Amino acid sequence: MFFRYLLILIFLIPINSFALIEVDITRGNLSPLPIAVSPLSLDKESKLNLKKISKKEDLGAEISTVVENNLKKSGLFNPLNKDSFLQKPNIAHLKPRFEDWALIKAQALITGKVTFVDEKLRVEFRLWDVLAAKEMMALAFTTVPNNWRRVGHIITDKIYERLTGEKGYFDTRVIYVAEEGPKTKRIKKLAIMDQDGFNTKYLTLGNELVLTPRFNPTNQMVTYLSYFRNLPRVYLLDIETGIQEVVGDFPGMTFAPRFSPDGKKIIMSFAKDGNSDIYTMDLENRIVERITNHPSIDTSPSYSPDGKYICFNSDRSGYQQIYIMKSDGSNVKRISFGKGLYGTPVWSPRGDLIAFTKLHKGKFYIGVMRTNGKGERLLTENFYQEAPSWSPNGRVLIFYRETKTDEKGEGFTAKLWSIDLTGYNERLVDTETDASDPSWSSLLSN
Amino acid sequence: MNLNKIFKNALLVTFACLVLSACAKKVSTGQLQGDVYTGTDTVEYLASGVPDRVFFATNESILTTKSRETLRKQAAWLRKNSKINIVVEGHADERGTREYNLALGERRANAAKDYLMTYGISADRISVISYGKERPVDSGSNPLSWSKNRRSVTVKAN
Repeated sequence: MFFRYLLILIFLIPINSFALIEVDITRGNLSPLPIAVSPLSLDKESKLNLKKISKKEDLGAEISTVVENNLKKSGLFNPLNKDSFLQKPNIAHLKPRFEDWALIKAQALITGKVTFVDEKLRVEFRLWDVLAAKEMMALAFTTVPNNWRRVGHIITDKIYERLTGEKGYFDTRVIYVAEEGPKTKRIKKLAIMDQDGFNTKYLTLGNELVLTPRFNPTNQMVTYLSYFRNLPRVYLLDIETGIQEVVGDFPGMTFAPRFSPDGKKIIMSFAKDGNSDIYTMDLENRIVERITNHPSIDTSPSYSPDGKYICFNSDRSGYQQIYIMKSDGSNVKRISFGKGLYGTPVWSPRGDLIAFTKLHKGKFYIGVMRTNGKGERLLTENFYQEAPSWSPNGRVLIFYRETKTDEKGEGFTAKLWSIDLTGYNERLVDTETDASDPSWSSLLSN
Repeated sequence: MNLNKIFKNALLVTFACLVLSACAKKVSTGQLQGDVYTGTDTVEYLASGVPDRVFFATNESILTTKSRETLRKQAAWLRKNSKINIVVEGHADERGTREYNLALGERRANAAKDYLMTYGISADRISVISYGKERPVDSGSNPLSWSKNRRSVTVKAN
């Protein structure tokens, strides 16, 4: 109903090269790598045909702009101004004149070529080390023309991986709650977009309140909370078919859903008689298991990537704190001991950290701690922000931030923001409307 | 020396003004006890003299003396109108994480429900729903606004 995924075939062209330039992503990068993204060259005939389909004057330049913006927003690269490029794109792709690129201080160069053959878009690109005067990588893709933005994201992922040694996070999407209207009568819809804010689609109409959508890490399913018929329940939505169903048959509110890392279970809270506990439901055999049994509020559960542990939020000590336990509910241990209240724990896909929201002295923080609670590090402070979600490579967090209203109660906004694990590179994430509750998908390809 | 003294005095005066204005602020609202809202700005009535809502302290679901009084009035009205069923809506302010606030709203609504039950209202006449922080009545970002939003509201269901 909403999308069709078309396979992107990736042909690897084997090359020999040495480890040349490297980008260190473990520190705040104060000197991003100067990189020249030469527009992908496009022959006259392909250009004409592609213009008819895509309504873009020069699809080669458009794809390279996607790459350039991704690289820039990562904070690790500094794409150079195209006006200073001396060599023509088609010639540079065959054999760069390295001294020309070194002259404008480029350390890396991306070149490429787009052709349109048999109704298919064929894109090839090369990554060059300018100072060593060597090719570092060469790849080609074939796909349908409508996928051109994804081609840009996949190219960025390949370059990121080649230069940092870690998987990228560009060919991904974000599901979130789009918000409109006054604070007291907010209308909320599920929305999905590419990681860079393009291709926004709305998945619900706004007739009922929807909250906290989360991706299945293994496929295109989503779980979220809907107030459909004024009964707050956890739902499962297939974003390819639009089919949705309620999860389990609980005699009360279910909320705070998330998938297990293998995508086979949903873990969530069930509230009854003033008490919230954590449950799982197996999506294949529909078996429901109770995981916690405590008179306090237990919510916001999140699995470790190996599925063996669960971190969650509980006020059993009197106030909101973060706990971990084995996935069967045994060995409950409190891990947050700093000053203030802690909520929304989410386990990093790398397994070593838990991101959280902290409230201390009237300020909200997004932070990370190790899974034993040690090494707490606060990344950002604000009037209100919460609900971090990890990029699939565990290097970036996306969350939402709300503004304080003025004396008249006006001026409220909710927006998505991202920040690197280093605490650097804090950025507003473009959305068409106000937005909250972001959840980052896995990589769509590979 | 003299300047220093003047400066010190000025500081003292400024400080005193700050203290006074802080006090003045609290007095002028006169609608908070601790941080529980005690005013009537947002209150609606189920019947004459029967307020529809009670208010809570931050992160709390304990009923205050005044809340219990309100709920006893609601119970008396419900006993007299035995065909009326109700929904108790639980709400939280915006200063907490969304998921925790959903649970907190549910806890608050149930605190009100339990109290109504001890005054003879049958459980099958009362349903509860938590809206967490999703339906504030006051859109302000200040302690007084937040206090109005930490509430449970009794609504006629039929």
